[in-house]
Amino acid sequence: MDVSPLAPDILFHLGPVPISRAVVTTWVIMAALTLASWFGTRRMSVHAGGFQAVLEIIVETLETQIKEVIRRDPWPYLPVLGTLFLFLVAANLSAVIPGAKPPTAHIETPAALAVIVFLSVHYFGLRSLGAADYLRRYIKPNPMLLPLNILSEITRTFSLMIRLFGNIMSHEFVLAIVVFLAGLFLPIPFMLLGILIGIIQAYIFTILAAVFIGAAVSGEAD
Amino acid sequence: MEGSIEMLSIIGAAIAVSFGAIGPALGEGRAIAAAMDAIARQPEAAGTVSRTLFVGLAMIETMAIYCLVIALLLLYANPFVG
Repeated sequence: MDVSPLAPDILFHLGPVPISRAVVTTWVIMAALTLASWFGTRRMSVHAGGFQAVLEIIVETLETQIKEVIRRDPWPYLPVLGTLFLFLVAANLSAVIPGAKPPTAHIETPAALAVIVFLSVHYFGLRSLGAADYLRRYIKPNPMLLPLNILSEITRTFSLMIRLFGNIMSHEFVLAIVVFLAGLFLPIPFMLLGILIGIIQAYIFTILAAVFIGAAVSGEAD
Repeated sequence: MEGSIEMLSIIGAAIAVSFGAIGPALGEGRAIAAAMDAIARQPEAAGTVSRTLFVGLAMIETMAIYCLVIALLLLYANPFVG
């Protein structure tokens, strides 16, 4: 509890590069997700086996959810948004493994994910509308609003980062305080609440990213 | 005075979180009450209502989270403490 949540938690040095705990957890999650996906899609068949059926259910659920938000063909956006959601669920729930700490409880992982969302919003917007039409939405409805439109791009990315970081980190804090105050069984309901918070925050992050992308590709000012 | 900045920072952090949580709490209560009302009237729209509710709650909650971040900055990354 005496470790600042704003400072990285350095585990070891790889040459001159410090490796923090969040980076190690992130790489383990990435390897696990990649291996699971590779294993599930290695021998795909029309009559899906157990694991392939599970993966298909996940992908189809993500597809319908994103389709309801974006209201157009979700397949161009499904890879980035689906990967984001699966990674966030795994990262937020990594607290249930003893000894692991969720990487999203330190500020650098949410910051990196928010930058990914920020860049992909502009990428999809430019690709679907073209540069002139895409840039024109910044001077809608009035060129006077250009500074405000640019400011809103920055603040919404910032709030995306702070929301994820704040929720997961504050939950870790509450858990640490409860463990410190009262022993063995009292923290268990809080841990269960943490599972709920982790899934809801992953969902909200993905839905908001989908909303931003949907607003960018449809050319409406949000 | 020795240590007065630290003391004031702790008081400031407590005030930031306690008063900053009031507004979002009232807002979230109203939002959930309205969503419950909507679901009770139109149970078939429960999916859309609850998805919008979650996104809206996240937006409201962000205000409280900002206060929490200010409190943490005061406690852990205070620019006035050497």
